[in-house]
Amino acid sequence: MAECHPVGFQWVTEARLRGAKVFHIDPRFSRTSASVDRYLPIRAGSDIVLLGALINHVLTGGLDFREYVLAYTNAATIINAEFRDTEDLDGLFSGYDPETGRYDPSSWAYEGDVGRMRMLSEGGLAHAEAAGSDSYGARGAGASARPPADPTLRHPRCVYQILRRHFSRYTADLVEELCGISAAQFAELAEAITANSGRERTTAWVYSVGWTQHTTGVQFIRAASILQLLLGNMGRPGGGILSLRGHANIQGSTDVPTLFNLLPGYIAMPHAHRHDDLDDYIRGEGADTGFWGNRRAYVVSLLKAWWGDAATEENDFCFDHLPRLTGDHGHYATVMGQIDGTVKGYFVIGENPAVGSANGRAQRLGLANLDWLVVRDLTLVETATFWQDAPEIETGGPHPGEIGTEVFFLPAASHVEKEGTFTNTQRLLQWREKALDPPGDCRSDLWFFYHLGRRIRERLTDDEIDRPVRELTWDYPEEGALREPSARAVLREIGGIGPGGRALSHIRELRPDGSTSCGCWIYCGVYADEVNQAARRRPGREQSRVAPEWGWAWPANRRILYNRASADPEGRPWSERKRYVWWDADRGVWTGADVPDFEEDKPPGYEPPEGAKAEAALRGTDPFIMQSDGRGWLYVPSGLSDGPLPVHYEPHESPVRNTLYGTRANPARRVFHRRDNPYNPPLSSRFPYVFTTSRLTEHHTSGAMSRTLPYLTELQPEPFCEVSPELAAEVGLVNGGWATIVTARAAIETRVLVTERVRPIRLRGTTEQQATEQQATVHQVVLPYHWGYRGLATGDVVNDLIPIVLDPNVFIQESKAGTCDVLPGRRPTGTALLELIERYRRG
Amino acid sequence: MAGGWVSRWPLVRQLRGEDGRREAARSARTDALRPRVERADTVARSVCPYCAVGCGQLVYVEDGRVTQIEGDPDSPISRGRLCPKGSASKQLVTHSGRATQVLYRRPYGTGWEPLDLETAMDMIADRVVRTRRETWQQTRDGRTVRRTTGIAHLGGATLDVEENYLIKKLYTALGAVQVENQARI
Repeated sequence: MAECHPVGFQWVTEARLRGAKVFHIDPRFSRTSASVDRYLPIRAGSDIVLLGALINHVLTGGLDFREYVLAYTNAATIINAEFRDTEDLDGLFSGYDPETGRYDPSSWAYEGDVGRMRMLSEGGLAHAEAAGSDSYGARGAGASARPPADPTLRHPRCVYQILRRHFSRYTADLVEELCGISAAQFAELAEAITANSGRERTTAWVYSVGWTQHTTGVQFIRAASILQLLLGNMGRPGGGILSLRGHANIQGSTDVPTLFNLLPGYIAMPHAHRHDDLDDYIRGEGADTGFWGNRRAYVVSLLKAWWGDAATEENDFCFDHLPRLTGDHGHYATVMGQIDGTVKGYFVIGENPAVGSANGRAQRLGLANLDWLVVRDLTLVETATFWQDAPEIETGGPHPGEIGTEVFFLPAASHVEKEGTFTNTQRLLQWREKALDPPGDCRSDLWFFYHLGRRIRERLTDDEIDRPVRELTWDYPEEGALREPSARAVLREIGGIGPGGRALSHIRELRPDGSTSCGCWIYCGVYADEVNQAARRRPGREQSRVAPEWGWAWPANRRILYNRASADPEGRPWSERKRYVWWDADRGVWTGADVPDFEEDKPPGYEPPEGAKAEAALRGTDPFIMQSDGRGWLYVPSGLSDGPLPVHYEPHESPVRNTLYGTRANPARRVFHRRDNPYNPPLSSRFPYVFTTSRLTEHHTSGAMSRTLPYLTELQPEPFCEVSPELAAEVGLVNGGWATIVTARAAIETRVLVTERVRPIRLRGTTEQQATEQQATVHQVVLPYHWGYRGLATGDVVNDLIPIVLDPNVFIQESKAGTCDVLPGRRPTGTALLELIERYRRG
Repeated sequence: MAGGWVSRWPLVRQLRGEDGRREAARSARTDALRPRVERADTVARSVCPYCAVGCGQLVYVEDGRVTQIEGDPDSPISRGRLCPKGSASKQLVTHSGRATQVLYRRPYGTGWEPLDLETAMDMIADRVVRTRRETWQQTRDGRTVRRTTGIAHLGGATLDVEENYLIKKLYTALGAVQVENQARI
């Protein structure tokens, strides 16, 4: 955090000054490690062992916040008798199909819900193949609102007891054995987080791509969710699981997604085999209880925003104008489509996959096989120039004269040369004013896509396939000499418009009858009262610490999600110290420091009537209002593609055995066995070391916005690998010299930084006796990945080392834990480089 | 001559033992210096384009040029601070390596050629329309899909919310489903 989100880290520093104890758990020693109370080096990819052991510590010690757990989580819920745990099936849950490598999740259901799960199309093969579980960014999957429960927590099939059994082998010993964290270090961490949770105190967990870029990434975060729910740290000030996202609008581009499987507001793209018409789609996508029960209003309002008057009740509001998915249309599947020749045209907008995506060589081979490519950026990035300077040219790969790709490079406007909104990592929308016009041919992406759409519409025919484009609402006001479309008009459309053309104020105004339109239901109200709420700038010092009048947070300007949980079931603050949102019985409303994330006038004692729908089906004590049962899910009965509970699996490429189960790696992970994507075999003496990628304060992702700048380049001028003195001695590396890192995909060279900051991970316990000497000590190589073959400072592409193997829920690649070999000196060049890689592949 | 320019010369004052880090560092020239932000014609309230913390920035413009970008002290998130990248963002928008001209590389070409922006936009629109038609899938495995898998998109995560919205809206209407961004990575 201090390394990659330095200004956010000021608040951690403030907390430390007020007595907070801060731990940093990371394979790599960074500026964060240097600024905290305790640094715990961990073996890359072993985090569920650590988190599982903390969960086990809480459960066996009876250290959970019992009142919170009973009232606000599904701990008491009884799971059906068909469910089998990984403890029963040696690392598999019930429902696994070894043929497809996918789960049928119906046996994970709540008691009495199995039949319903089989009817719902959430979960299962088609859902998993299209990253269906990625649609739970703003809600949970469907389940029963009132499942059978045992509030004594004694029923052997209640979630609490299942958790106890599931995590019982995740112990301090196992942490020592698989993570390389000593029992004393573990004890200090466990004591700190439990002592600092409860009525009076809260603990926060903060993560970034060190948790997401794994084949078990989603389950890392699930494990943290279980721990935080057990300790009562969700929906309360100072608690939570905070995702530190890496790009200025990466939250916004997930909320208003340019993602294959999502429509705005985490509404799933319709699937050809799961949804027919609008009614069928609404039925299949979640439950009717909780706020998601209103989804018809959200979906219809989106369709009205896109197709306006053409969208009517009679034609299903143009639901059939939406194209249908049939499987994986994600980034990596697209690259393979390029190599295979099915993808002809590619737009790359402010992105640089030639160096920024896993398996860089496959990315560049894909680019070289296109008919046409459009690149828009501030500078000529590697993706635009791959045909003249890609590393393959030196090794006999395609030469410019052999590459038929037609390339258009269009220069982009910078962030100060256009107005618009960034949504930051805490869901806060902040509008930027424009400082000046862009130079030369530079234009905003808003300009590009608006005018491209305008030109495409001029070329349409009466053909039926053109109807969705013909009927599209595409009439934004143009401003200035450059004919810039109005970003304010676009934001107003996103925020929602009601009858009479007035801007909507709140999600609750959305209607399923076509009388409202809204481009993204979770952003509804961002233009309330015809005011751009994201542009609000009341200085922080003139407001409360919540600062509700700086920008606007989704949903409904609520700054802490699920903040009903900051009060006890009766609606009173858990403690004076942690007072945040509470029930004001005299006025009959929820009130406090934040906008309540709850119906304002629903009393704590509210009990839903029989047959109630949507939010009316949730009790006055159910804080997790986007869940079908209003509860925080310790156990996930549907929606995930790799199991209802986190399980420790080894990374796809690992030098270490999984001593917990016979199932070595995540059985549902997405693998791509192709010639252009070879894998290192697990437990291979050819690839004995672990590498993990990292970032530096002075650079930004793959470097297009940093290694083009003299200031930043001077601060961090070239790529390097960080290795321990022990590994340096073993391999023969010299500080300041060169090393060659080899995987089955590539061999790259970097400068060597020999430092005690990198610590060999010594694994203890059963593995040591059983395993080879190499397995007893795991050497980790840390590789900052910011460089490429252009810019002021160049270097080999670290992403070339990384295989395409993905988390099964969200299709993110495993960049944070791979295996490699390390050789002293520079890599060979020309065909000798290919021969070296080939030798490693053949073994 | 007491009070003359020689005795006020910082070097002389420092040689006499005055603290060179304080008053004795001042000269007539440094006294006359004013911050360049005071001369700015306009100040835009902006947000840093690097990570997702969302630090406030003030963008100072003078004579049609960005002359400084500083942290916004009003921001309750950043309280005026910027990290090394945020502090370098004036260079991001003003550095000489920025591309400002449309470039075109024809198939099998060995170099770039300049291209007029309007012509480029027309050529790209032609290609989208043609490729979409050539790769159109009305049905797949007996199901209606109404789409093309011949056109794909990969975006960065520094694009604005409004930009993402128009991108998804246009592609979806066109039936292009392979639309992705950095959040997948």
